[in-house]
Amino acid sequence: MTNLERHSYDVVVIGAGGAGLRAAVEAREAGLRVAIICKSLFGKAHTVMAEGGAAASMGNVNDNDNWQVHFRDTMRGGKFLNHYRMAELHAKESPDRIWELEQWGALFDRTAEGKISQRNFGGHEYPRLAHVGDRTGLELIRTMQQRIVALQQKDGKTYQSMESHLKVFPELTVTEIIKEDGKVAGVYGYWRETGAEVLFEAPAVIIATGGVGKTFKITSNSWEGTGDGHALALKAGANLVDMEFLQFHPTGMVWPPSVRGILVTESVRGEGGVLTNTKGERFMFKYIPDVFKDKYADNEEEADRWYTDQDNNRRPPELLPRDEVARAINSEVKAGRGTEHGGVFLDVSKRLSAEVIKKRLPSMWHQFYELAGVDITKEPMEVGPTCHYVMGGVEVEPDTAAAVGVPGLFAAGEVAGGMHGSNRLGGNSLSDLLVFGRRAGMGAAAYVKGAKPVAVSAAAIKSAADRIEAPFTRSGGENSYSLHAELQEITHNLVGIIRTGSELKEAIEKIAEIRKRSANVSVAGGRKFNPGFHLAFDLDNMLLVAESTAKSAISREESRGGHTRDDFPQLDNKWRQVNHIASFNGTEVSVRKQALPEIPKELFDLFDVHELEKYMTPEEITKGGAR
Amino acid sequence: MARNLKMRIWRGDADNGALQDVTVEANEGEVVLDVIHRVQATQMGDLAVRWNCKAGKCGSCSMEINGKPRLACMTQVASYGDEETITVTPLRAFPVIKDLVTDVSFNYRKAMEIPSYEPPANLKPGEARMEQIDVERSQEFRKCIECFLCQDTCHVIRDHEENKKSFAGPRFFIRIAELDMHPLDILKNRKQKAQEEHGLGMCNITKCCTEVCPEHIRITDNAIIPMKERVVDVKYDPVRWLGTKIRKREGIV
Repeated sequence: MTNLERHSYDVVVIGAGGAGLRAAVEAREAGLRVAIICKSLFGKAHTVMAEGGAAASMGNVNDNDNWQVHFRDTMRGGKFLNHYRMAELHAKESPDRIWELEQWGALFDRTAEGKISQRNFGGHEYPRLAHVGDRTGLELIRTMQQRIVALQQKDGKTYQSMESHLKVFPELTVTEIIKEDGKVAGVYGYWRETGAEVLFEAPAVIIATGGVGKTFKITSNSWEGTGDGHALALKAGANLVDMEFLQFHPTGMVWPPSVRGILVTESVRGEGGVLTNTKGERFMFKYIPDVFKDKYADNEEEADRWYTDQDNNRRPPELLPRDEVARAINSEVKAGRGTEHGGVFLDVSKRLSAEVIKKRLPSMWHQFYELAGVDITKEPMEVGPTCHYVMGGVEVEPDTAAAVGVPGLFAAGEVAGGMHGSNRLGGNSLSDLLVFGRRAGMGAAAYVKGAKPVAVSAAAIKSAADRIEAPFTRSGGENSYSLHAELQEITHNLVGIIRTGSELKEAIEKIAEIRKRSANVSVAGGRKFNPGFHLAFDLDNMLLVAESTAKSAISREESRGGHTRDDFPQLDNKWRQVNHIASFNGTEVSVRKQALPEIPKELFDLFDVHELEKYMTPEEITKGGAR
Repeated sequence: MARNLKMRIWRGDADNGALQDVTVEANEGEVVLDVIHRVQATQMGDLAVRWNCKAGKCGSCSMEINGKPRLACMTQVASYGDEETITVTPLRAFPVIKDLVTDVSFNYRKAMEIPSYEPPANLKPGEARMEQIDVERSQEFRKCIECFLCQDTCHVIRDHEENKKSFAGPRFFIRIAELDMHPLDILKNRKQKAQEEHGLGMCNITKCCTEVCPEHIRITDNAIIPMKERVVDVKYDPVRWLGTKIRKREGIV
């Protein structure tokens, strides 16, 4: 290919959400030339959908908060399956990352004394989420988008070109991470607008592609959440850790059908929203698990008092971690106490005035009014679980975000695994993006300084180009839209919120079947902005994700966080010591067990040993952490 | 209550194109983007349309529906009459790429021309103190989801390609206003630059931009008019004009 478009950079960042942009800022500030590639327009990444806030123990609202409390909450939320070092770095560094955004022009809501305001959220002991109404993600992405522009303007003054050292390549899909001699050498992809192919040569690649929600039928994710980074990493030889853990956000819209799955922010509950079934029962009191009994109110009076006096009352059970609330709603609906559309009621109108609701939850009010014809200041919302977030992801070194096993490859944000264990707390995602986005940028910068550029071979280019051309050479083959719909049915029915061994087995077989058929996808029309062509590649990624998830899920014979087995309903402390590692040999995904890194003594000692006894084996308790 | 909806969809590229008639199933509660997706999945696999969040938060699915600039994800099919044909066309102010997708890079170039936020030099992380009431003025403009519907509808550029060079458009007037009203920003000459470099003076406040804003940002009343008034104040008030010269301030306050 003589006329192939070629670029050469120090670092290529795939994904322009919070993690990708933060990584790009860091790498550019470290002096590197950086390309940012994204599937959508600049500033449209799924981060804009984040509503509630970014968790950081700044202690602006309750000064008892500090990194140790945040660390404990995060580990509890993840049922202690988190990589301790990631949770530690995250808890320690989040406040600096939030303040940094403010230095870049972000305007968070304020406390009476003019500090950044912080709100309550599920699983967080103190008010901890920095926010802007219920559009925090938009503020975060816009701030970083504008930070990128600021850096470009600075480069413009120094180099007379704003895009010479930092450039965004919007609407470009990456189809392959190219390695030479076992190291990252670049990426290959195509412009969505024209279908023309592009090669980026770079010694370091940061994957920041977000989630996998589109693998499922009901999801809060946009079309972009097709697990591209998960699949690219797998194919490049990296591992995916704990892919069985998916977060079903308890409150997605359920009616009308066209909006099914769209997120209803947890802030509704943080601001006092109450969940009831069709019998009018506030059912969450029935679903407080033993491990959380001392932290959550078991009666309405105490729960209601908590909103005005948090020091002397336990929290309302609506604010349990998301996995607990999602399972509770699922059980209520299954027991016949759900609405005709398969949801339950969430009502904030009885606690807050119309004026306050519109001020604190403006986009929720807007969303329900415009899309469902429901005025949430007067009536309850109908909500049910929606696939929201994948805890599993690329196995990384916590401090550098380097992907294990692939020199030059880094991953940050939702696509990386380990940080959230078996369940992520609300608000920990935005701070995760910032903390590990920055660390990936630092990690890549350090790597590039010691690495020689690797040239991409003609053979690698040919193989990548052939793959892109393939669907056009077939005719009368499978339709990618139909295969996608079939895959979503399988994951929804067999790998969903409640799982059993026999169904998972069936899912694995059916996914393999679809994968066979997907090799025969053909595309109608030309290369120019052709969604059918785009979906053919996204589908391939989703199939790898689904296979990794189903195979990890069938192996984990317990229930924990975002993985619930009907046939193994209990938390099993032996399983807490196990990570699942998925890898790909070119034809199929295999999953093996790996020992979870042992928590060091100084972090072990942050907990009451009686609490740890609920999660750890007697031998672990006796040992008291690694020394 | 499924029904058959008659649609006319513009299909083509920069060279040529035409409206194509289709009939597609529409169900209760669906928005225009839903039926476009159904057309895509069942009749026109290569129909190009941008979209992301499907909840009015990302501003990707901007198009013209029966001639009005709108977000397809926030436009209910039921808001049109049962017998009405829904016609969807690409944004008119920007060059067509394919079908409903236009080249909006004009906006990203303009974004790069707006001077960035400039914080006070000695402000340490976490030390900023701002009143809620003061941040709210800029927060209104920061709600912008960059759907560019305001840019599309603005008659200064809608049918006047020649104005694009010297006119940033409503989206960027609110960006300038946002920074101008930012409690911490120290760059002083933003309004003047808006007037002299970004074409604020070309706006004759017909409020079309405000009308199409899906975030209901009061673009004209809260950003454009206040900036115009202040610029005029200084430009035509000889005492203040003299003041800017004598005290050698960087710009106007």
